[in-house]
Amino acid sequence: MRIEQVAANENLSFEKTGDGTLLIHLQGAWRMHHGMPSASRMEPEFRAGSSPRRIAFEAAKLAEWDSSLLSFVWSVSELCIRRGIEADRTGLPPGLRNLLELAEAVHEKEDDSRAKRRPSLVERLGRASIATADSLGESLSFLGQVVVAFGNLARGKARYRASDLFETIQECGANGLGIVSLVSFLVGVILAFMGAVQLQQFGAQIYVADLVAIGTARDMGAIMTAMIVTGRTGAAFTARIGTMKVTEEIDAMTTMGISPIEFLVLPRIIALTLMMPLLCLYSDFMGIIGGASIGAGMLGLSPAAYMGESIHALHAHDLLGGLFKSLVYGILIAFAGCLCGFECGNSSSAVGEATTRAVVMSIVLIVVSCGIFAVVFNILKI
Amino acid sequence: MAVSKSANGGGSRPQPDGHIQVRDLTMAYGEHVVMRDLNFTVKRGEIFIIMGGSGCGKSTLMRHMIGLIEPAAGEVLYDGKSFTKAGPGEREAMLRRFGVLYQGGALWSSMTLAENIGLPLGEFTDLSPAEIRAVAALKLALVGLSGFEDFYPSEISGGMQKRAGLARAMALDPEVLFFDEPSAGLDPISSSLLDELILDLRDNLGATVVVVTHELASIFKIGDDSVFLEAESKTIIASGAPKELLANCRDPRVHRFLTRAGPEIGDHHG
Repeated sequence: MRIEQVAANENLSFEKTGDGTLLIHLQGAWRMHHGMPSASRMEPEFRAGSSPRRIAFEAAKLAEWDSSLLSFVWSVSELCIRRGIEADRTGLPPGLRNLLELAEAVHEKEDDSRAKRRPSLVERLGRASIATADSLGESLSFLGQVVVAFGNLARGKARYRASDLFETIQECGANGLGIVSLVSFLVGVILAFMGAVQLQQFGAQIYVADLVAIGTARDMGAIMTAMIVTGRTGAAFTARIGTMKVTEEIDAMTTMGISPIEFLVLPRIIALTLMMPLLCLYSDFMGIIGGASIGAGMLGLSPAAYMGESIHALHAHDLLGGLFKSLVYGILIAFAGCLCGFECGNSSSAVGEATTRAVVMSIVLIVVSCGIFAVVFNILKI
Repeated sequence: MAVSKSANGGGSRPQPDGHIQVRDLTMAYGEHVVMRDLNFTVKRGEIFIIMGGSGCGKSTLMRHMIGLIEPAAGEVLYDGKSFTKAGPGEREAMLRRFGVLYQGGALWSSMTLAENIGLPLGEFTDLSPAEIRAVAALKLALVGLSGFEDFYPSEISGGMQKRAGLARAMALDPEVLFFDEPSAGLDPISSSLLDELILDLRDNLGATVVVVTHELASIFKIGDDSVFLEAESKTIIASGAPKELLANCRDPRVHRFLTRAGPEIGDHHG
């Protein structure tokens, strides 16, 4: 008889009897916390020429056991089935035998558990292309529904709660002032500092005011506001709508004949479209203040002279152009946020994925539209 | 379960009675008292039912028993040791002896079924990834989900999610299994199969099972002992084996509940 020590507290030994039976002796305590033996330890016993015809268990010295023993015997049973060896379980404790029977009883149809296979590269590419086309179609369909909802709004037929609109306005407008102030001020400081280092060499430090005012009003104010709103508000739109989808709140609206697009999307797009230019204007102001702080602190310019130069440098079309851009960014952020919320799957992880997608989509849309604006404004000589 | 029921009774098992004791438990949200002076004992290896009407605090009681909510007064003891007064380390060790099946299964949606079951095994045992996978496959087979290891929760039906939740609850071979409304959202056949599964697992694993439910069919089929919570009096108004309660309990509120009679009718006409 050969004895194999398996783990410190668990014992397993094999004995071959004359009639071709491999007797597995189970001894001591089998505890999952201490590790468990693998059925592959049986492989040497099954080598060609010496493979047993039958396997039996003996558990007279077995003390406590848990799932580790169950798992081991289960694996051995599967090994026996694969090799066509008869497995006699009568020597096992009755509770363990019953559990094995329970594990082997098939409750679900075999077809249900279709084995998962990794698709080929071509298949994955094809599926990804189809998914992209589908997603584009869904985006267009969503855009169509939003346009229809705005049509209903124009005709006074759209239904949403005014309190929702005001709440959203407060949430994405007033509540965001703190972070917009901080970021815009710092961007103004950075622009002024970078300009000051260069312009000081030519004694043209007063033009730092022009640089900051025009840069902030034309682009930086709108872009920075859009980035902040994307992270704060766009992501929140997606998470909120996505969670409503998971908890079937949107289905409940639909079945009651309430259009979720009108009820959830309209107030959000309206709120952001109204608030973005205001936030952008505020951001422009804070950026110029940030620039002035460098002008006064580093370049020795008086605040009055700095502000006078800024006002002189700024033209109405710079300011209005920036505000128009921010309005478009607002629409894009609200659209992307709501779209991704509606496309969200039915699980908590899907909400996270949808939120990430919304932020990425918003940023890409903002940067792309910023480029388009640059070209168009140049052509129009604005 | 710690299974520990070897054929020759090799396990060191504490006294047969009083696996879980709830002593003078008062549950409250701030000033609002939900239930007061709850006293009962759950014996080792029995299926214990916490029943009562909707909103009476059954699930809240279960959440107190597993430490998700701290009691306003009183304590819960496991094997004579206070869970309520235990320090953080001791409490964590006690928590590993529980398995909980939540109402909706509460499977982690970003993980496959095997990963759901494997997470506690990886955290609290020294098993290798291959062994964890083998144990996860076994647990899934025990609840009839063999072959579904690589499926995500969103890819299987509600009943299957519930059974997978049970497999996860059993991952660490717990001594006590808690079930919060196991029949909720299941059709009568799935619900009955789940009841049979609970009986099978209790009989073969020796776990103590605490079930929160108001499903009469389940209560009578699996319940060894029970308490009946009542919202108005804010305490337990009856306790005992459900079948005996049905036969002997004189309290009209309990009788109405167990016979599905409507309010204020049938008390003395049947």
